[in-house]
Amino acid sequence: MLKDWLGHHHGHHDSLVHRLPAAGKLWAALAIIVGSVLVPWGWHAWFIGVSALLLLVAGLSRVGLWFLLRRLLLLSPFVLGVVLVNALQAAVPGAWLALAARSAICLFTVVLLSNTTPFGKVLAALRSARVPALLVTTLALMHRYLFVLLDESERMRRARASRTFERQRRMRWHLLGTVVGQLFVRASERAERIYAAMCARGWK
Amino acid sequence: MHIPDGFLDGKTAITAAALSTVGVGVALRQVRRELPPRRIPLLGLAAAFLFAAQMVNFPVAGGTSGHLVGGVLVAALLGPSAAIVVLTAVLVVQCFLFADGGLSALGANLFNMGILGAGGGYLVFRLVGSRLRGLRGQVTGVAFGGWISTVLASIGCAGQLAWSHTVPWSAGFPMMASVHMVIGIGEGLIGALAFLAVQRTRPDLVAERQPTSTGVLPGGMVRYGLLAALGLAVFVAPFACPWPDGLEAVAAKLGFDAQATSSVVHAPVAGYRWPGIHSAAGATALAGALGTMVVFGLALLLGHLLVRKPTQEPTKAATKEPPC
Repeated sequence: MLKDWLGHHHGHHDSLVHRLPAAGKLWAALAIIVGSVLVPWGWHAWFIGVSALLLLVAGLSRVGLWFLLRRLLLLSPFVLGVVLVNALQAAVPGAWLALAARSAICLFTVVLLSNTTPFGKVLAALRSARVPALLVTTLALMHRYLFVLLDESERMRRARASRTFERQRRMRWHLLGTVVGQLFVRASERAERIYAAMCARGWK
Repeated sequence: MHIPDGFLDGKTAITAAALSTVGVGVALRQVRRELPPRRIPLLGLAAAFLFAAQMVNFPVAGGTSGHLVGGVLVAALLGPSAAIVVLTAVLVVQCFLFADGGLSALGANLFNMGILGAGGGYLVFRLVGSRLRGLRGQVTGVAFGGWISTVLASIGCAGQLAWSHTVPWSAGFPMMASVHMVIGIGEGLIGALAFLAVQRTRPDLVAERQPTSTGVLPGGMVRYGLLAALGLAVFVAPFACPWPDGLEAVAAKLGFDAQATSSVVHAPVAGYRWPGIHSAAGATALAGALGTMVVFGLALLLGHLLVRKPTQEPTKAATKEPPC
């Protein structure tokens, strides 16, 4: 499932929205989210306008409305839970509706942004916005090796499954802890190799 | 525990973002000063590791499952400043790529899991380590610190949701705290086992981080402590305080009295201020204290069970070749 999601981030599609400058999309998304959080619920024009704009952009991006809706639904159980608590407990009637609308708009914006903009371009935009270089480097390295480490943990899981006959309840925690520790060891050994490779190519 | 967009109102989001910006700024400066250049790629790899480790689910009572946050584990292995930078990277990627946790709530999530969770948990780890020497103390510290960090982060989250009037404190706090007191046990257990596994395979990775002189906190800890205390005072104290003017005093001090005196804020606070607040607050405090003591006992027991001979273990492990 994760791989399916990630596959969509690496640009199968191409459209007008995909080709827009990343920095512009980033700031527009930020403006929409901050606006939707700050604007009082009484300003219906803002919420209707933003929803219409998002639907228009979604249509232009050709990502597929069904895919976007599925992503929204996968992410929303927690949102729905809190909305339910709010609906039962809140002092202000109708507050839950505002809450649901705000979260849905913001979620849709982020899903749309992440599906039309490669992460590398977001990083470039962050770098030009003077986010500290150390943080951007960390983000870039994390994004690069995220999938490598996910594969690594999948390989470890497969190897373990092929060697252990039965799973004992008592051993399960021990296994989980060892797997996490081993993953850290492998990550830091990889970091050492990466540092050697970076130095060999003239980094410093 | 990732707060999505739309759950926090402007004042909460901005306050939390300001606190975490300062915290991440301090962490970045400390990392640049303390971390040798050859460890810089490790930050990115540790972030990728944490992301992969958060995919590992562990069973929690009642058929549900929790997952590792890992702030204290990374803090124990790399230091608190590096842990805050690593958690920042993880949260930013989760927010952008997976829409897990909102963009406007990034500051709040960072404050809860990074500064409160990793910073506070690391402080507990060091406190336990200064009392209980050797590997046994470190394992106990990771276990107890992991639990504390999970509970602290959930309390911060409940406070922010209550301050935004999304979930009232009377409903949010018991729910969040009780659930995370259970999830935290898994976090502490896995953290301790993983720490021990790293120590057994590559003792040099752990030894590099351990302080030579006890009692000296690494750089930035005082500032994270101040930020965490300030955040708790803003987000949690107004609700947890039994004194009736707690919210008003804090609100006036911070200049939020304009919003605070509007009818929306007043109603929920006034509603559960008088009826049985003393007994309820007392019972909550008692339950919390008891739970903390029980978990500390469990962490001590875990340390004793996992590390049999605290003085000889490191030398024996050091001679062992790493497998594969």
